[in-house]
Formats: sequence, C-alpha cells, structure tokens
Amino acid sequence: MIYAAIKAISYYVPEQVLTNDTLNTLFPEWSVSKITEKLGIENRYIVADDICASDLGYFSTMKLFEEHSIQPKDIDFILLCTQSPDYFLPTTACILQNRLNIPISAGALDFNLGCSGYIYGLGLAKGLIETEQASNVLLITAETYSKFLHPKDKSVRTIFGDAAATTLVSTSKVKSIENFVYGTDGRGAGNLIVKAGGMRHPITVNDYKEQTDDEGNTRNETNLYMNGSEVFIFTLNSIPSLVRDILKKSSLELDEIDLFIFHQANQYMLETLRKKLKIPIDKFFIFMSDTGNTVSATIPIALAEAQKQRRVTQGNKVMLVGFGVGYSWGGCIINF
Amino acid sequence: MDTQKFIENIEQQFDDLTPNTLTLETRFREIDGWSSLQAMLIIAMVNVEYDVTLTGENIKKAQTLNDIYQLVNSPK
Repeated sequence: MIYAAIKAISYYVPEQVLTNDTLNTLFPEWSVSKITEKLGIENRYIVADDICASDLGYFSTMKLFEEHSIQPKDIDFILLCTQSPDYFLPTTACILQNRLNIPISAGALDFNLGCSGYIYGLGLAKGLIETEQASNVLLITAETYSKFLHPKDKSVRTIFGDAAATTLVSTSKVKSIENFVYGTDGRGAGNLIVKAGGMRHPITVNDYKEQTDDEGNTRNETNLYMNGSEVFIFTLNSIPSLVRDILKKSSLELDEIDLFIFHQANQYMLETLRKKLKIPIDKFFIFMSDTGNTVSATIPIALAEAQKQRRVTQGNKVMLVGFGVGYSWGGCIINF
Repeated sequence: MDTQKFIENIEQQFDDLTPNTLTLETRFREIDGWSSLQAMLIIAMVNVEYDVTLTGENIKKAQTLNDIYQLVNSPK
C-alpha cells in the first residue's frame, strides 16, 4: 500500500508590512491596541498592486525547491487553493506549471476555499497519491485578500495578511495523513463574502458606492464583508464537535494528541476554542503575531514554524483544523 | 446559576472597570468601553462558562444584563 505524507513546507510573505502603529495612525479614533491585544496580531504583510496570488505561490514554491533541494521535474501534480486568482480563467495552477518549469505531464487545478482550504488540499493530495494518480503533489495555498479590503474597514484590515505556502505531499511507506472529517454549511455564505465581481453580480458603477456601518467601517460591494460575530458563533458551534469527531474517528483521546494546530483566525477566537475544548496551552500552537490571518496559508505556516521550533518531532500526532468562509470546515490527524 | 459569579464574569470582559459596579439592572451598552468587541467577548464567555450560544441578535435585543442572564438561564 502506498501512503501520502507531508515532506516539506515553505512559505513566503510579501515585503510591505502593515504594523499596529500604522493602523493606530490610520484609525486614531479607535483603540487599535485594545483590539490587537485580543487578536494577537502585530504585523500583516500586504502585496504590492502588481503582485498576485500566482506570484506569491511562485515565490513560496521556489523557496521550497531551494530550501529542501527539490527538483521541479519530480512534481507531477499541482493543487492551488485561492479565492483571489490572477484571472477568472485560465487556472492559476496552469500558469504556475509553466513558470515553475514543472513537466507538462503534470496535472494542475485550482480550488476555491478560504480558511478550510489547507485541510481540503491535503485530502485531495492524499486521494491522488494513495490511488496512485500522482507521486509528488505540490499543495499551494496563496491568498491576497488585501485586494478585497476597503482601506477604511478596520474590522478586516486588522486581521488579514497576504501570504503563500507550498507543501510537498509525496508517497510514503507509512500511514501519515488520516482521519479526515469535513463539514459545510452554505447558510453562512453571506457572512463572509465579496458580493460584486462574479457572474451573479457583475460590477456596476453603483457597486463602488461607499457605505459606513454602525461600527464606523466603510466598504463597498466589491470589498470583503465579514460579519465577525456570526463567524465567531459558527466556530463556537461547529469546531468543538469537529475535534471530537476526528478523535472518535481515529480512536484517540484528546491527551494523545501531541500538538493542535488550528487555522490562525485570531488569538481570541483560538483561545476561546482551546478553553472550551480543554486543550492544555502547551499543546496548542499559535503563530500569527507576525503574519496575521493569511486565510488558507495559516495552517502550513504554523506547521512549518512548529517544526522549526521542534514543537513537532518524529512520532508526534498533530491535529490540523481549518474553518471559515462558506461556511466550510475540516480537520485531520498527521502522524509525523 | 450564581448571579454574583455571572456579573463577575461579565465584568471581566471590560478593561478598567471598577469591580462591583455592575448589577443585573445595568444597561450594558451604557458601560464605559462598550463596543462590538464586548458583545463578542460576552458571547464567548457565555459559551465557555455556561455552554449556551447567544446570537448577535440576542445581544442586539437585550437591554440590561438581566436580559442576558435570562437567556443564559433559559432551558437549552
């Protein structure tokens, strides 16, 4: 039997940094320090106007090739997760095949998910490898949400940063990625949405009309809208049972998991989930102070950092959990 | 449910609040430092401490801490 395993992860953040000090200057009427203390975010990195998801994905993948001595010729599948693709068409993963010099015999596809995307990507990569359709899958999560954000919407500018992460998933003799549990609830679609710009609602002049909400946040119909409290309630309702379902499926007890890595939404939300699930603080990895919420890139970034800090070592069981826009959620166990 | 403990739990969601200044009759939107953040913090606290999920709508309709207390106390 052939199994799939995570072999290497590299990530890339753009150069331009948005600090809490800058936010404080931009929103003087409002106590950024109070909010950021709760969010646990110091910096977010923002792409320049001419940098797109494929560029971030290119840089993170070139880093992976260099840092882990991987050859483009060995890659036979590209899975790219983004909600801010370069174009409606062609597929961003096809553009990257050419730019990365990956053989034309490789398969490539994009999939559109947000904060749950890494889990779904691992599930797809596992499926491709364990059914012997591919041997070396690049899972690229590349997001430029900053392009959707209104400059005067502090509710999202304090949270989201741009980044890309590339994970190499390859064949392995031992079982490594397992016990996936997924979930979807489209009733939450309107609570995290960019309304205008797709076919349902093509952009018209009216869509640029600015509206300011009760909290003083300004946006228009082409911007990202997030109903923070509804999204928070969704995670409180669905994530504890997701974690329990993954444990049940893997016949494990909570204390048998060496490290939990959740989507790094914001520290307050994670801390609430941790307390609710009674996960010990030393088994709950948080890494978002320097990068913010980078959507589908937070889990691989945190996992790479946990490995660097030796918080994940051989023999460890790590639970990964993603959740967000859709609503969509999922989780799995990785045996290192 | 311990009313005093409930009020203390609410108090903890505010920065710089003098202890023992809140009662069930307090109109929570008039507390110094009230913002949508406090609404989220209260939803989270109630969820963790009392295993009750309030909605944004619940908070919007409530006027006093007693209104929230009643929601937390109502049968699940």
